[in-house]
Amino acid sequence: MQFLLNDELIDDNTLPSDFTALRYLREKRGLMGTKEGCASGDCGACTLLVGALEDGELTYSTLNSCITPMQSLAGKHVVSVEYLSKSGELHPAQQAMVACHGSQCGFCTPGFVLSLAGLYEKTQRSEQPIDREAVCDAISGNLCRCTGYRPIIEAGLSMTKEPMIKVQDAKETSFVELMSKNDRVKTQLERLQTEPKNSRNYLQPNDLEQLAHALKSHPGAVLIAGGTDLMLENTQRYRDFNTLIDVSNVVELKHLQIGEAALTIGASVTYSELEDFSKPLYPQMNALLSRIASRQIRNRGTIGGNVANASPIADLPPLLLAFDANIQLLKHDGSTRAVNIADFYLGYKKTQLASDEIIASFELSLDKLAQFHRFYKVSKRMEDDISSVMLAVRFDVDHGKLSDVRLAFGGMAATPIRGLKAEAALTGKAINDEQGLNQAIDALRSELTPMSDMRASAKYRLDMACNLIRKAWLELNGTDVVTFSGHAVSDSLLSTGLEASTHA
Amino acid sequence: MRKLPQDFTLDTKAFKNGLLPVHESAIKHVTGQAVYIDDMPEWPNELHVATGLSTEAHADIVSINLDKVRAYPGVVDVIVQADIPGEVDVSPVLSGDLLLAGDFVHFIGQAIFAVAATSLRAAKQAAALAEIVYKPREATLHPRQSLERQEFVLPTHTISCGDAKSALETAPNKLKSDMYIKGQEHFYLEGQISVAVPNEDGGVQVFASSQHPAEVQKLVARVLGLPVAQVLVEVRRMGGGFGGKESQAAVLGCMAAVLAVRNRCPVKYRMPRQDDMVQTGKRHDFWNSYQVGFSDEGEILAAEYDMVGKCGCTADLSDGVVDRAMFHADNAYFLPNARISGYRGKTHTVSNTAFRGFGGPKGVILAENVIEEIACAVGKDALDIRKLNCYQGEKNTTPYGQKIEDDVLLSLIEELEASSNYRARREAINAFNKKNPFLKKGLALTPVKFGISFTSKHLNQGGALLHIYTDGSVHVSHGGTEMGQGLYTKVAQIVAKAFGIDYQRVNVGSTRTDKVPNASPTAASAGTDLNGMAALDAALTIKGRLQEFAMEHFGIAAEDFAIENDQVVLGSDTMSFPEFIKLAYMNRVSLSSTGFYKTPKIGYDRKAAKGRPFLYFANGAAVSEVIVDTFTGEYKVTQVDILHDVGDSINADLDIGQIEGAFVQGMGWLTSEELSWDDKGRITTNSPANYKIPTSADIPEKFNVKLFDRPNSEESVYRSKAVGEPPLMLGISVWCALKDACASVADHKMSPPLAVPATPEAVFYAMQAAQNHKTSEEASL
Repeated sequence: MQFLLNDELIDDNTLPSDFTALRYLREKRGLMGTKEGCASGDCGACTLLVGALEDGELTYSTLNSCITPMQSLAGKHVVSVEYLSKSGELHPAQQAMVACHGSQCGFCTPGFVLSLAGLYEKTQRSEQPIDREAVCDAISGNLCRCTGYRPIIEAGLSMTKEPMIKVQDAKETSFVELMSKNDRVKTQLERLQTEPKNSRNYLQPNDLEQLAHALKSHPGAVLIAGGTDLMLENTQRYRDFNTLIDVSNVVELKHLQIGEAALTIGASVTYSELEDFSKPLYPQMNALLSRIASRQIRNRGTIGGNVANASPIADLPPLLLAFDANIQLLKHDGSTRAVNIADFYLGYKKTQLASDEIIASFELSLDKLAQFHRFYKVSKRMEDDISSVMLAVRFDVDHGKLSDVRLAFGGMAATPIRGLKAEAALTGKAINDEQGLNQAIDALRSELTPMSDMRASAKYRLDMACNLIRKAWLELNGTDVVTFSGHAVSDSLLSTGLEASTHA
Repeated sequence: MRKLPQDFTLDTKAFKNGLLPVHESAIKHVTGQAVYIDDMPEWPNELHVATGLSTEAHADIVSINLDKVRAYPGVVDVIVQADIPGEVDVSPVLSGDLLLAGDFVHFIGQAIFAVAATSLRAAKQAAALAEIVYKPREATLHPRQSLERQEFVLPTHTISCGDAKSALETAPNKLKSDMYIKGQEHFYLEGQISVAVPNEDGGVQVFASSQHPAEVQKLVARVLGLPVAQVLVEVRRMGGGFGGKESQAAVLGCMAAVLAVRNRCPVKYRMPRQDDMVQTGKRHDFWNSYQVGFSDEGEILAAEYDMVGKCGCTADLSDGVVDRAMFHADNAYFLPNARISGYRGKTHTVSNTAFRGFGGPKGVILAENVIEEIACAVGKDALDIRKLNCYQGEKNTTPYGQKIEDDVLLSLIEELEASSNYRARREAINAFNKKNPFLKKGLALTPVKFGISFTSKHLNQGGALLHIYTDGSVHVSHGGTEMGQGLYTKVAQIVAKAFGIDYQRVNVGSTRTDKVPNASPTAASAGTDLNGMAALDAALTIKGRLQEFAMEHFGIAAEDFAIENDQVVLGSDTMSFPEFIKLAYMNRVSLSSTGFYKTPKIGYDRKAAKGRPFLYFANGAAVSEVIVDTFTGEYKVTQVDILHDVGDSINADLDIGQIEGAFVQGMGWLTSEELSWDDKGRITTNSPANYKIPTSADIPEKFNVKLFDRPNSEESVYRSKAVGEPPLMLGISVWCALKDACASVADHKMSPPLAVPATPEAVFYAMQAAQNHKTSEEASL
């Protein structure tokens, strides 16, 4: 198992399969700049930048090292905070953080620095300007308890502009070399791609054939993709895993394409990949993805994982339910079968997935994707929070009538669930038939019985489910309602001139 | 302690000119070079600790079987209460906090035994294998139950002035209600941690992440049965404290020390996040009941407040916390007749502790809630009610008898009212709310007046130790700890200023109990006030010696000696500071001194419930504007304007950092941060996955902070004012703005009760209450 750690080539075949990158850096390499704040991927103090070759290009993205197995980064360039000031001067992200007073206690700071350095890398490479939205997106998984973020956002906005502070005496050149333009690193990574990534306890098949072989030869092995949920078993419940089979590189599971009739999303596609892909095509889907977890988690977590995990509060199952997605399942023997998402969930954390099956991909009908759809997520916090209630809704309209209705919820039952009676109540009604809407809401109240927990009361969940249906219905009818996102509220909304947009 | 020279007290623009230093560790922070305790190199034989926790809120322990724990691979030692060599009580002030439980437990998460193993992972895995049999008892879980059952950790205290009862009876208008205010998890990014290293004399050195190293030292000595002098505690920095490491960090030092001395090896005790959130205390919940009488204009005539703090299972620091809640129930407003009673409710939950504001926020939010409700009752803008009731002129005495001696509050409020364009925005918001059926905006300006000094008088002292070396470099130690607030930076600035030398010459060393003894906790916002003054005292002592030496050596008059801009002025000659120091050394001048400070004027007579608990007040005000989605109760804070009084700022950048950070922390407490407990007394918000502190996307793009430019009228260090806690209460403006947005639904004819924190769910139902009120009003017409 080889990877590049900062500027050192590491070859280590002694690691347990579940040994995290955070522990590796701190316990095996003495690189103490990377911190453990929560060991659950929620605070970002452990953020690392990881460089990988994609289509021959070296690109860097952030991740939470506290829940990332070290071995999953084989063949990659792992960058910790220590690397950024190696030349004796500070990286622009570091300089801006100092100049803007972006650190107080300093414990979260290396994580922020890496998130900002990742943003710097991305924007400088593509010569994009950095705006507030981009900064908040980059640091969406970084918690700071001291500063209140204002100076950190300012640092992010100014890192391409600030006159630089030297650590010691001035050198003539400032830190201009972009990591992604570093040919030496690129060459090393290219060479590493030819090295075997498998170790005795951590298998990284590249295609379905290798995957089938791995599954057959390691019957007790546990599957891992992004590991953003699985690894909590290890870090929060102290469970030791033996052999892990990492499906995140299986090429067939990475498909993300629009075919003749369907959008195919491979199970190993990450949230970030789908987020980028959906941006120009499916803005509603893109907006929902931006509300799921944090940038670091989205860079690792996969669509297949979100579905297979079978959490009743996951955000993608309702989306897939709204589009009647088909799930392609793959047996260890190579045979496949398709299951509709509507039939997939059997009970709390129980699915149709047999012990010798994995999810290969999801297919969403392009026709349905072209119909009116909305996703609403209600949670206590805008960024990186789990839904109290989530509604995915799709309306097909035929001659002014609702011909096909999907109301799919998260947080309303032991599984992701559709409001079938409410759907039926709306089907066939004129799109502006408010009585029909009210009947649907009454029906929903009779068919769903959510629970109370620390995120929301049962009453609030049910009230929200109803109100979100109303909101969607108003939107369908052209009323300009507003749904907040993680971004700042726009100035046009803040101004008082809303007359034009309120005609309900 | 030296008397301050004349020029010192007059110098009120001390740090206004020139560039201010950034945080002394800023570059170390951004490069990852700053060392926190978990970053220190580990010894090959170092052991790691995990504790076995009670799963019952209140129970007798029938039996403990630790066989499987002991047998687990990697486990080196397992201890129970009987294995503690000295005392088992590790309470900060009173008693009841046990290092390990004995025959009973009184909260879920209480440590019953401790495991030392070769890795934290092994210790955690082993600890899960214990078999403990309990005999459960009835548990008290809510402060309401504490009051009903009269179960208190300490006696009730009452402050009163005038005759609240009869004034309430005769008042033309009355309010009577109650509000439940939830607590807050500290969520310092660096969890609780200590490392103990035994020394050759049977003593121990402890590296702690603690705001109160002297107390860690005292308690470690107590559990080991050693003299305090045999324990050395060092704190270089904390990754955040916020009060959570004032008293409760000591447990980790004590546990590590007991195991280190027993096993003769270094021991680290680091609480993983979930353990930290379960095992350590938080901000107190408060259940406040209130009755207020007021005039038709909205002037408060009488107030009766009953404030019940959820202290948890032991006293910890709750006496001071509840007292401070009572001292701040007036906030900025004159109460001519008042009775304020504070109850120390005992519950079978983790013992709650200090948290930035220390009870103050629970008083301030009560006061601001009352203002919002009076405003709706008399049909005026809440700001008019605030100004009407604000301390001013003859209305200048607090319920506990301390006079407000300066007139900062009202002028600060008025300055912010103008600079934030409050009135015009109010008009615009009213128009917006009338027109928009789905979105509602809210606006509120709330002030804070926060008393500065520990309410325990003896803690108001500071110590320092200062050396000058022969190259002119200066080393200063003081009793304060660095948790990000920039105390070390400010102390270095104060020392540099006092000597007249470059800031770069001054090094601040880590806080150690062998440098400055018996130091007070770094708390009560008083870090700079106490330790800065002590460092100044030490600097002036040495500077006096240098002056005497110069007079004698060069035959010059006292006024011919000065140190300015890093140069020593000797009559018409000058000399570099290092050169001069070397000369002083060669002439056998002592270049080392301690410094000491004790806060003057303060004293509170608890029996009479009257006195002057505070040297001065720090003041501020904030205007917050919010916009709410009426479908869901979700909201955004769209603009915040703050004007805050830090006296003459020593370092404006650090002060603004404190103000912004405290504001957002206060806003978090009142919005997204919701502690939740189940009916067994188990905390269900035990991780950042279910307890949500603000992120960068929660703060407004328009976030303006200005310092109120006026020196402290008291002789504080360079006429500055404390800044750590007061601005946390400015976050209450967000809560009031949300309440205002809800009230707008009922055309401000009523101010609906709004839960604390005001989660989207809470806002949604407050809006619904306002809507119901409006509907029933319309129906009755």
